[in-house]
Amino acid sequence: MATAMRDKKGRPIVAVTGIGVVTSLGVGKSDNWARLSGGVSGIKRISRFATEGLRTTIAGTVNDVYREAMTPAELSERVALLAGEEAIAESGLGSKDHFPGPLYLAPPPLEIEWAERIKMAEMAAANGDTGYPDLLRVARDYASANKPFKFAIIGENLAEHFGTEGSPISLNTACASGASAIELGMEAIRRGDCEAALAIGADASLTPESLVRFSLLSALSTQNDPPERASKPFSKNRDGFVLAEGAAALVLESLEHARARGARVLGILEGVGEKSDSFHRTRTSPDGKPIIATMHKALADAGVGPEDIDYINAHGTSTPENDKMEHLGVSTVFGERIRDIPISSNKSMIGHTLTAAGAVEAAFTLLTLQHQRLPPTINHAVPDPTIQLDVVPNVARDAKVRRAISNSFGFGGQNVCLVVALEPA
Amino acid sequence: MTERRDVWITGVGLITCLGEGLEATWNHLERGDPPPYDDKSFAPYIVHPLAPVNFDQQIPKKSDQRQMEMWQRIGVYAAGLALGDAGLAGKPDLLDGTDLIVAAAGGERDTQADSGILTGMRKVAEPGRFLNERLMSDLRPTLFLAQLPNLLAGNISIVHGVVGSSRTFLGEESAGIDAVRIAQARIAAGQSDLTLVGGAYHATRWDVLLIFEESGIALKEAFAPVWDRGPHGGLVLGNMGAFLVLESSDHARSRGARPRARISAVSAGRNRRQPGEIEATLRQQWTAIAGKVVDRLHAAVISGAAGLEPATSAERQFLKEIGLPVRNTGTYIGHGVEAQFIANLGIGCGVIEHGKLFAPAGTGDGGSSPSGLSQVVVTSVGNWRGEGLGLIERVD
Repeated sequence: MATAMRDKKGRPIVAVTGIGVVTSLGVGKSDNWARLSGGVSGIKRISRFATEGLRTTIAGTVNDVYREAMTPAELSERVALLAGEEAIAESGLGSKDHFPGPLYLAPPPLEIEWAERIKMAEMAAANGDTGYPDLLRVARDYASANKPFKFAIIGENLAEHFGTEGSPISLNTACASGASAIELGMEAIRRGDCEAALAIGADASLTPESLVRFSLLSALSTQNDPPERASKPFSKNRDGFVLAEGAAALVLESLEHARARGARVLGILEGVGEKSDSFHRTRTSPDGKPIIATMHKALADAGVGPEDIDYINAHGTSTPENDKMEHLGVSTVFGERIRDIPISSNKSMIGHTLTAAGAVEAAFTLLTLQHQRLPPTINHAVPDPTIQLDVVPNVARDAKVRRAISNSFGFGGQNVCLVVALEPA
Repeated sequence: MTERRDVWITGVGLITCLGEGLEATWNHLERGDPPPYDDKSFAPYIVHPLAPVNFDQQIPKKSDQRQMEMWQRIGVYAAGLALGDAGLAGKPDLLDGTDLIVAAAGGERDTQADSGILTGMRKVAEPGRFLNERLMSDLRPTLFLAQLPNLLAGNISIVHGVVGSSRTFLGEESAGIDAVRIAQARIAAGQSDLTLVGGAYHATRWDVLLIFEESGIALKEAFAPVWDRGPHGGLVLGNMGAFLVLESSDHARSRGARPRARISAVSAGRNRRQPGEIEATLRQQWTAIAGKVVDRLHAAVISGAAGLEPATSAERQFLKEIGLPVRNTGTYIGHGVEAQFIANLGIGCGVIEHGKLFAPAGTGDGGSSPSGLSQVVVTSVGNWRGEGLGLIERVD
């Protein structure tokens, strides 16, 4: 019996026993899955702030959770907390005040926001130009009425709320962050450092500046009308991603620990691969070698081959560059068989949830396995003739899926691939 | 449980206000000269400048330098020093499998652009539209790349070719402690053979001073050693880059690399910072490693005390209890937040190599240098969270 609890490499098998999701499609797995498998888009016109002067005026916002004047830090923490609570409740692990394992969190990178700088500038009421020395003059008074800025505040507050063990790790690997959080949890359980871990990716950081930053890199879709048609991964007329908000949480647990307490196993994290790209700060190496190596490493880590994969949850951002390179990557790894492997992009419906994306999409991959149904790639009206893939166009369909991979690629040459499978019989 | 492997530090890359490289840093510390600091440029705040550095030596392409802001240049430079020290620089076969963990905060802001927007905003009828339009026109596209926390790691991959795995840990002192903790644990467990771990801090900036002034913790009185900054204490930020190469002893032996030290334990903790909690966390961490401190006659503490109160007094109390000789580094190099613990491990390697302590600075430093010093305990008590202890030892 003991051998079944360890993988082919003798490491503890890592199970998932709890899942929580918040996206622009709703709060909780049930709403999210219903809309995701129903091909519903969560992309809307931005209503949170003025959009005059911006090239992109749409986003996948979490309007069900947002409350007036919340900062990105507060909203990101809120969606992380909701996802975490759902995941922990499903796992039945620990107690209300104590989660028996560490926290690995992929939050958005935080900073003092414009709303805060503007308030400080008003308080400073400088004669003539307003400079940073003016803000500094009132910063203490401003912060004592609000909250002093801390980079790691979300992780700290979540660790406090959930009662996780040890030092909470906040990490960033750009758009692969959510997957990296899961990877860190897998590694810790495999090392035997812990029996369980809470991995959360959360990003609700839509602000004028976050939009402008991606706009200036020409990364965002500008096809604002209608919003729900803008994100069209793998289509010929794709023109960028749609910035979005969301969070997902996974309770990771050694299979042995989960079985011993009679927990329901939702899936197995069989493998993870990671390989950095040194080609360019925002672009993938033109030969695709690092993303190919990432997938190969993930398969090798899981001890399976390309023939064992039934579905690919694509990074599929809807940028011209990503989808072309991902096509090259999967075509190389899976060869001729790629025509028979469905590959779909959740981002066609929820947009790109940035640091949350890797976790959100891992959660959706697990739900895909659980429901034996493939979520579609919507807005697939004009196929790209250079991308010959079964993208599950427009409509979900039932399929036999035992094992899937989930890809995450990010600026800065970050690449992570997860291998997710059903529980072994 | 699998057998844990020995983890060595085989490379140190350090740049601070004291100079470039471990040797220059050590020479200054041994003399005990007052550190360079600047109390004019950002008055009333005090900052430690960066020692003169020619970035071309580690970042040969000007185009690469232009794509980075200063925190990234400092970090890429220090990373290059560590790779050179470990004998890895320019060896693609080894760098291809070298993992990378960086501890970082947010990136830099364009304070001029920010100030222009804040000034203009007071006179406009539609502030929302004004902000959008000015951001679209005033932000440089490349600035975003300096704001992304993982782009120090990204630049290290590009400039030095470190392309195993890459993770960036976020947020204050804990990020630095956890970066080393995870790097050490992964190698000990056989999940990595070779990891470059480090951080960088660019302190001479208005936008970071704003962050610490919000908490009211930046020192505004005359410069003093960290132990002696009065009842309210105060933080003096320092420019620094600090990277270490961690390696399994077998891997190092197989390529003929020499150990600067063994890194035997790293622990990271947190508490709510209620009275007595810092000491309690440090005691707990000490209990976990005390058994590894084989010979108290040959061990000493390198303290990362930042000069904040009551944190620094709490650490002082704990250090008195354990009774080992103590030297702090913060008085000399300032506080580099995410990079501080890593810099102190690097300086600890210097202590082990010289077999003795450097000159004391301030009333909390004490105890004479043991002869044949072979073990160093490095402490960290972060500015609001993050208690850490690390143990490094001479490899005989």
